[in-house]
Amino acid sequence: METYYNPDDLKKFGNIADFQKKLGEKFFDYYGEVFKDSELTAREKSLIALAVAHAVQCPYCIDAYSSDAFEKGWSEGQMMEAVHVAAAIRGGASLVHGVQMMNKVKEIAM
Amino acid sequence: MKSLLAEHSKLAIAGEQIAILEHGQSGHFNLIPFQQKLEAAGLYPLQPTSLEVFQVNVGKMCNQVCRHCHVDAGPDRKEIMSKETMQLCLDALKNNPSLTTVDITGGAPEMNPHFRWFVEAIKKLERHIIVRCNLTIILANKKYNDLPEFYKEHQVEVVSSLPFYTQDRTDRQRGNGVFDDSIKALQMLNAIGYGLEETGLILNLVYNPAGAFLPPSQLALEKEYKTALSKQYGIAFNNLFAITNLPISRFLDYLLQSGNYEKYMEKLLIAYNPFAAANVMCRNTISVGWDGYLYDCDFNQMLDLKMAGSHNHIAHFNTEKLYNRNIIVGQHCYGCTAGAGSSCGGAVA
Repeated sequence: METYYNPDDLKKFGNIADFQKKLGEKFFDYYGEVFKDSELTAREKSLIALAVAHAVQCPYCIDAYSSDAFEKGWSEGQMMEAVHVAAAIRGGASLVHGVQMMNKVKEIAM
Repeated sequence: MKSLLAEHSKLAIAGEQIAILEHGQSGHFNLIPFQQKLEAAGLYPLQPTSLEVFQVNVGKMCNQVCRHCHVDAGPDRKEIMSKETMQLCLDALKNNPSLTTVDITGGAPEMNPHFRWFVEAIKKLERHIIVRCNLTIILANKKYNDLPEFYKEHQVEVVSSLPFYTQDRTDRQRGNGVFDDSIKALQMLNAIGYGLEETGLILNLVYNPAGAFLPPSQLALEKEYKTALSKQYGIAFNNLFAITNLPISRFLDYLLQSGNYEKYMEKLLIAYNPFAAANVMCRNTISVGWDGYLYDCDFNQMLDLKMAGSHNHIAHFNTEKLYNRNIIVGQHCYGCTAGAGSSCGGAVA
């Protein structure tokens, strides 16, 4: 079945530089640097990436960082907690706008 | 869980495994031949750089039945090295001083009734001895409880698998209760000085991925292991070896059963590293099978890829011929050249 998302396309991510070499290379240099061990370990960054992948709902990123986080030793429970963090922030982001709604209603209501 | 052999699996036959490695289960899976990768790196035919490590597989008998075992070892395996073959190994060592390290593996090597005699005899030849101890054997029976003292007496380097520093991942790969027993055994080894810097008694641990994925950075993982094991159990060790699972025997069976085989092989290919290829362990190692046949490595041994020629048995050990041989390679070799590479001593690049 043809779909917009093809798992095999993940392997072709590097090809984005084919259409714009300079920017593509700069992006991948930056990307590589971001995920290196530094003040946060590569392992910690992998779990953050997994949570962010869920927040931005990127199937390629979820595929890549589910494997990467598990490879780096995070347990299923820890990975699911990270996804809950993403879900809580996303849910909270909607809900906190409820204050704006309340403000507006209070402004116009008798 | 039983061995593939006891289950009459077709994967118990080396030729069946090689056929799958070459063409996949469907017969239509064709990965770039490993030989081509070596040719591109100017490494084919692959030849030894030295003969230093004499690895002896003293038998397939084991008290554990690990899901990833490339030996297909277990309590139901009866193939063990005879004392006569061990004597031939000792003769070869005596005549070849370049073989400075003897790496004893299995199975659980300690289950071979001549194991202690063999270690003592090697020590008399003044060689460095490594024993690949699965840890749980120390607690498996009273007669093994004094193994830590035996190792210490003969200054044996102990290399032990602990697939992870948590119970869940370890037991998934090695069986229920293995983690707890491994922790107890490590504490026994620590208690007599193993793994402590100032003693010179070396205790190295081995990490294997518990699934169809590659090991992470050995250095980063070693730090995590040291922190976690010290904090939770007061355990110390020297080094961690991160080893890639090779698609052989029970790990191959797992890959096929779980539908991961082709993806795993592609993963190994994508991660191919020519620097790792230049440093593969078969270039400085001779592997001796339980029946005395010689192989380029323990993996070739399990695939029954004997060295070619009349010098392929310990009874006809000939260093000159061994040094000038061409190492047999196949698709399984991608497991030793992925990422930072993999050997019995961990990463190689």
